[in-house]
Amino acid sequence: MVAKGPAEATPSPWPEGLTRVPYWVFQRDDIYAQEQKRIFQGPSWSFLCLESDVENSGDWRTTFVGDAPVVVTRNAAGDIHAFENRCAHRGSLICLDEKGRKAQGFSCVYHAWTYNLEGDLTGVAFQKGIKGKGGMPPDFRVSDHGPRKLRVETISGLVYGTFCADALSLPDYLGQEITSRIARVFAGRKPVVLGRFTQALPNNWKLYIENVKDSYHASILHLFFTTFELNRLSQKGAIIVDESGGHHVSYSAIDRGPTGNADYSAQKIRSDSDYKLADPSLLHGFDEYPDGVTLQILTVFPAMVVQQIQNAIAIRQVIPRGPDQTDLNWIYLGFDDDTPEQRMMRLKQANLVGPAGYISMEDGCVGGFVQRGSAGAPDERSVIEMGGKTAEGSESRVTEASIRGFWKAYRAQMGI
Amino acid sequence: MTSLQDLWFAIAQAQAAHARCLDDDRLEEWPDFFADDCLYRVTSADNVRDGYEASLIFLNSKGMVRDRVSALRTANIYERQAYRHLLGQPSILSTEGDKVSTETSFVVARIMRDGKTDLFATGRYLDTWRRAGDSVELMARVVVCDSSRIDTLLALPL
Repeated sequence: MVAKGPAEATPSPWPEGLTRVPYWVFQRDDIYAQEQKRIFQGPSWSFLCLESDVENSGDWRTTFVGDAPVVVTRNAAGDIHAFENRCAHRGSLICLDEKGRKAQGFSCVYHAWTYNLEGDLTGVAFQKGIKGKGGMPPDFRVSDHGPRKLRVETISGLVYGTFCADALSLPDYLGQEITSRIARVFAGRKPVVLGRFTQALPNNWKLYIENVKDSYHASILHLFFTTFELNRLSQKGAIIVDESGGHHVSYSAIDRGPTGNADYSAQKIRSDSDYKLADPSLLHGFDEYPDGVTLQILTVFPAMVVQQIQNAIAIRQVIPRGPDQTDLNWIYLGFDDDTPEQRMMRLKQANLVGPAGYISMEDGCVGGFVQRGSAGAPDERSVIEMGGKTAEGSESRVTEASIRGFWKAYRAQMGI
Repeated sequence: MTSLQDLWFAIAQAQAAHARCLDDDRLEEWPDFFADDCLYRVTSADNVRDGYEASLIFLNSKGMVRDRVSALRTANIYERQAYRHLLGQPSILSTEGDKVSTETSFVVARIMRDGKTDLFATGRYLDTWRRAGDSVELMARVVVCDSSRIDTLLALPL
């Protein structure tokens, strides 16, 4: 990678408090490299896959934790394991495809070093050489070598992993409130994958995380939300930010009363229009949750989103691909007890989200607008003061508290 | 319409007109290419292989096709961009009564407002047509992209 500008040598210091973020944090290669070590391979938990992706013994799936390629398996005993997708020999990928079934183990294509489903090195081709010649030295032990293993824990059918031996347990890492808000979406049901798409974002991964945590923008940038009363800031709802600051929940419940419309008109915001649908059937979702919440966006630090937008349920996995590239992996979900009508509604409401979504396509480009807008200004700073200067939850969603929370957790782990 | 050649010609013409409509930014005319009880969806080869039902875009009425256009025109924010479609020859897969199934490959370049031109999508149209006199009516178009990866966003229809 090419070094980026003089700012790298003498970056401006991070200002006091949580309300200013210098743009170099979205631009610098050295920051990106540190994030891999201190955040993605630090004491945080990353979403790996669904439990149902590795349903049976011998099933495997490849994924990423930051830059690191990872294999997730279910072994003969039925336990889920995860290890780096990196041969212990010379670093090749062990698994080349994204998934497989009925594996007994793995063999690296390069020199046929073999691994079991737990990621242990089990064999080295020609270890003893041929006819007594060549081969590994007599003191070579396969047990001394192997790809790094991840600790694995599951919650609500979601598999998480961490490279860090000292990380908190997953429930402690998430905390009670976040754990129960994830469980709320799944409600004990078995998730069924309805589709998988990847959106290649032209921006730093943190700009996407800021966007997801930003309840302030949701009904301003996204006209679709506002006009059809899927989400107005004046609706009943709240922001929850966990103690670390890193995880958040934004939720709202539909309120069909007339309150709030006047607030939008007064701001002359583009998103208050009289736009109407010819076929509004995609807005006629079914009552899925007894609490009446029709929108819940939840983030797990550092880079995972659990989404409920009406009946559109999805996991979003955020994979950094360099300082100014990010892959956003969408996993659309239904549940095994969906009726055909409910399933059809999920397929229709998938129009709201994803790379082509009525209410999320803008999120695919707005991070790039920031990346490009701030390209010449590494030492300038964004202003994140809406709703105050702290990172506490609130009933108002006219706030950037959860963005401040992200930076609080980020700086703590990065030590900057 | 009697011969297979006539049918092929009618379908190739309809597909060419459809692509020109999109590339010329005449989106308001796009719904007219579909029957009232139409289906238009965009998915990918991997999603088809895995039997996944969800789509990037799923429109199962002409009203929903119209709504896609009005959302693009009045609601959604995206940088000014245009497509250039290159279509392969339609392959007639089956005919059954007045129903005809075809597969046609496509390549779409995306041209951004600053002139940046990229290969945006390749794939195939799985089309279902209804013969009506000398013309054909598009009942269903399933756009199967070869890749599940979309750069930035998918705004305009493929």
